[in-house]
Amino acid sequence: MSMAVLILLLLAGGVLAWQSERINPNLPRWVALGSVVGSLVFLLLSIPADQPVHLPNPGNPNDWMLYLKIDWIPRFGIAFELAMDGLSLLLVVLTLLLGLIAIASSWSEIDFKPGLFQANLVWTLAGVCGVFLAVDLFLFFLFWEVMLIPMYLLIAIWGHENKTYAAMKFFIFTQASGLLMLVAIVVLAWQGLASTGQLSFSYLDLLGLELDPRLGYWTMLGFFLAFTVKLPAFPFHTWLPDAHTQAPTAGSVLLAGILLKTGAYGLLRFCIPLFPEASMEFAPIAMGLGAAGVIYGAILAFAQSDFKRLVAYSSVSHMGFVLLGLYAWNQLALQGAVMQMVAHGVSTAALFMMAGALQHRLHTRDMRRMGGLWHQAPRMGACAMFFAVASLGLPGLGNFVAEFLVLLGLFAVQPGLAVIAALGLITAAVYSLWMMQQAFQGTPDEQRKMPDFDTREMLAMAAMMLALIWLGLYPQPVLDLAQPVLDGLQQLVPGADTVTALETPANNLAGGGL
Amino acid sequence: MASVALIPLLPLASAILLLLSAGKMPRHITAILGAGSVGLSAVCVALLARAFLADGDIVQATLWTWMAVGDFTPRIAFYIDGLTIVMMSVITGVGFLIHLYSIEFMWNDESICRYFAYMNLFVAAMLLLVMADNLLLLYLGWEGVGLCSYLLVGFWYRDPNNGKAARKAFVVTRIGDTAMILGLFLLFTELGTLDIQPLMAAANSQWQIGETLPILATALLLGGAVGKSAQLPLHTWLPDAMAGPTPVSALIHAATMVTAGVYLIARTYELFLLAPPTQLAVAWIGLATLLLAAFAAMAQNDIKRILAYSTISQIGYMFLALGVGAYASGIFHLVTHAFFKALLFLAAGAVIHCLHHEHNIFRMGGLRTRLPVVFWSFLIGSAALAALPFSSGFYSKDAILLSAWELPGIGHWLWAGGLLGALLTGIYSFRLVFVVFFGQAHREPDRQPGWKMSVPLVLLCILALSGGMLVLPLAQVFPAAAPHEASHIIEYISIGTPLLGLLLAYLMFLGHQLPADKLVSTAGGRSLRDFFQAGWRVDQLYDALLVQPFTALSHWWRNEPVDRIYNGVVTLSQWAHHKLTASQTGELRWYATTMVFGLVLLLAIMLRNAT
Repeated sequence: MSMAVLILLLLAGGVLAWQSERINPNLPRWVALGSVVGSLVFLLLSIPADQPVHLPNPGNPNDWMLYLKIDWIPRFGIAFELAMDGLSLLLVVLTLLLGLIAIASSWSEIDFKPGLFQANLVWTLAGVCGVFLAVDLFLFFLFWEVMLIPMYLLIAIWGHENKTYAAMKFFIFTQASGLLMLVAIVVLAWQGLASTGQLSFSYLDLLGLELDPRLGYWTMLGFFLAFTVKLPAFPFHTWLPDAHTQAPTAGSVLLAGILLKTGAYGLLRFCIPLFPEASMEFAPIAMGLGAAGVIYGAILAFAQSDFKRLVAYSSVSHMGFVLLGLYAWNQLALQGAVMQMVAHGVSTAALFMMAGALQHRLHTRDMRRMGGLWHQAPRMGACAMFFAVASLGLPGLGNFVAEFLVLLGLFAVQPGLAVIAALGLITAAVYSLWMMQQAFQGTPDEQRKMPDFDTREMLAMAAMMLALIWLGLYPQPVLDLAQPVLDGLQQLVPGADTVTALETPANNLAGGGL
Repeated sequence: MASVALIPLLPLASAILLLLSAGKMPRHITAILGAGSVGLSAVCVALLARAFLADGDIVQATLWTWMAVGDFTPRIAFYIDGLTIVMMSVITGVGFLIHLYSIEFMWNDESICRYFAYMNLFVAAMLLLVMADNLLLLYLGWEGVGLCSYLLVGFWYRDPNNGKAARKAFVVTRIGDTAMILGLFLLFTELGTLDIQPLMAAANSQWQIGETLPILATALLLGGAVGKSAQLPLHTWLPDAMAGPTPVSALIHAATMVTAGVYLIARTYELFLLAPPTQLAVAWIGLATLLLAAFAAMAQNDIKRILAYSTISQIGYMFLALGVGAYASGIFHLVTHAFFKALLFLAAGAVIHCLHHEHNIFRMGGLRTRLPVVFWSFLIGSAALAALPFSSGFYSKDAILLSAWELPGIGHWLWAGGLLGALLTGIYSFRLVFVVFFGQAHREPDRQPGWKMSVPLVLLCILALSGGMLVLPLAQVFPAAAPHEASHIIEYISIGTPLLGLLLAYLMFLGHQLPADKLVSTAGGRSLRDFFQAGWRVDQLYDALLVQPFTALSHWWRNEPVDRIYNGVVTLSQWAHHKLTASQTGELRWYATTMVFGLVLLLAIMLRNAT
């Protein structure tokens, strides 16, 4: 029940924040903050202490940390079915924490209809949490759409100069691919009916369904497209730079920090386990797209002069690693992909917050009009340097652990692609340092007056820095949360290189202390 | 023995404190913290070294398991043997002297706090690099020193040229680092561990000498080593890296970080023994680099660039030593080089400091009497660099040349090349001394170095002179080398060559008996000098081959070529929209006609299907 309460809390918090504007225009952000903090505390309190000690089977309700099923449209086998395991817990916590960062980054930025703004922000969070928790495919699709609409409004109403175009593009890309997924969901449920005689949209029932290979392949593609548009993977990424550039800071933080991760989550939770054979057949293509995205995103990031666009393309590059890690489908690469979701969420959220802070102060995102900002704002310079080197994969920070594990796992499966993707480490250095040069180094404009980060902004930055250092030096808690889930999924889908992973499940569950 | 963690932790803590203070810390506290933390760390190393020399026990300490994913369980752990002790002593010892010197050198800089923070961070990262018990932690230190090098080269960030040099240093070394990380993937995938000692054991038991896998793995590690140690073909970043403050050049770009590649190869030498082709490549790379850099050094006018090329050249000697299997000699040269090159850079820094940031040696001159301490430092440093008899450089370089001579097969060639390099070294190092300190004065120094600059210079003079007497505790680390059996003639030649270089330099630049100017004034001579001065135009080559194509490609793509496909869809639907709206005319007869036609068509289809 607590999962439903969590989502309700956020939905209600949004409504409250919206209405509280009538009392005082400063109130909505406090209400939003309160509802997110409240949900976070509530969530952490409701996690059961005991975890399954055996290899969890995702098809068994008892193997999830939390499980809830309420009949909704029984005639079509549709239920309000939520479930949580380590992976969903990790991502929901990330969502709520970055939600806090998003609220903090919009604290003094939004003057127009602050109530509605905060409401949309919190509703987006509710939608994303729903996506991470739903295990009924129909309900999953519903949440998939729920998170889209408030995000569309955030861009379309509070965006920058070209907001309508960007919002439409975002909506059409996501919506069109989402429709393909809806078709795929219906086909899959129909197949389930044909083979079991029972119509069900439940992930737990549909796992392990025997599918006609041809039909399975096409159905898998429906899911794959929806998720890779969201991820985004090359060549479906073109909505992202526009959406990011035009979105208000909080919108960019949410988009990069968590909305992109729903795509990765969808691939990992649904697309690959529901269609094991088709996915493994398709894996070389998917990995090829991932490697292409790593390089392509990096080259385009280098070419940008808009700070936000540069960071947006760097996301395309980094999400390529996730795609590579997921389809390499071995223990190391999968852990790397999960780690990348978390670490990239934090580092990119920070960079977008930086971009927003710069735009708020200088009224431009054009780096050609910046330069030497370190002189006026050394705190901002130091923070930007930290997250730039995090994003170029400096060891000791979370992003390195993620990219290293992905490449290490990938190397065992596809060494050639690993070599290509490793080139992304060089190009990442090129564009990250070029960004620092253009914005913060060089000759300062002595006429320019610019306030440095204040305490609120420094607190948000410090929290994200600590998170990345923690992920970089002691990532074990995150790895341990994800490990049983990944083992369970790998048991369902024998990939190319899972033999070693399955030989030692007990050790893996005990924290992998080999 | 987790207390050894204190050694990198002290400078790290100091760096964090300095960074958190955001420049608000008073200058003298900054200085005490910055230099003191490294000094304390040096004391810890000295205690550790004393204990090690007494009992010879290898110290191992595990702090925690970094991450554990299946069989991949790298730890934050240290492995300290004789080689590590040597490296740690150099890093903290020479590092402390340079920090002390920096207090005076950087005292008037507004960002002295940032300076010491980066320097401390560098020392911590470098210590992690040499103390790491596994290649992943080594890689952390490896990238950490790269970052600090970037931050310090671009320390004076207002000049975009400094930023460019800093980025070049980072990106060029990162190319090597990427090769190295691929080597790590290969080693883990094949041997199942990255812990250095078990890795060596596994390699020895699973691989045969000359197999493809060890050759490939060592070649990739070598890629990392040539990047960090500025060897061919990734040496181009080092001369530009002189854009940073001079003590930075002394510590990072001469004494410690650039020798990380030498350390890496020495640390994993058992792998290289399994891969004779790579081993040979190390020797050839070393020889080619030492000659290329020596020629380039002869044509430079910037005092720091001369020293930078001489550093590249001397590391070439270390690579030569590693390549011929004389590991202990290579490390010995690393140590003596750290002494005399730190000395030379600090002395050069003092010259620059006292002459208002003058870098061109031909605008100096006659400083022998005006800056006596600096002169004697420079003289001693140059003597050691040229390997004049009884200086520290003589012992280490001589050992390398003898080992090269004794290598069967190509050994004589390597020896001859190394000897030519020694001759060139003699010429360019004393060209520097004669031009800067003798002859006519072009500028007057406006100050004298204080004690914080002089004391490190004097101490380094002593080390540069007497460093040859050191006996490094490397006997347990490397296989025992056979005693040298070369004839005395070979020894006399090695002793005589640097002296010949000194003589030539004297004749050209002080006595003016040899017309060096005339040679350069001919057309051929000038273009040759320009060619050497531009570092054999390797930069231009890379610019044309790599940098220009990359920027052109990214510029060509900057407006998102993929979007053309989606824009095509948009155009298509707009076109269809226009065409279809054209049918909506509002004329009833037109609608009626179409309906009739449609009905007829439908009926036709139905009738056809019915029959």
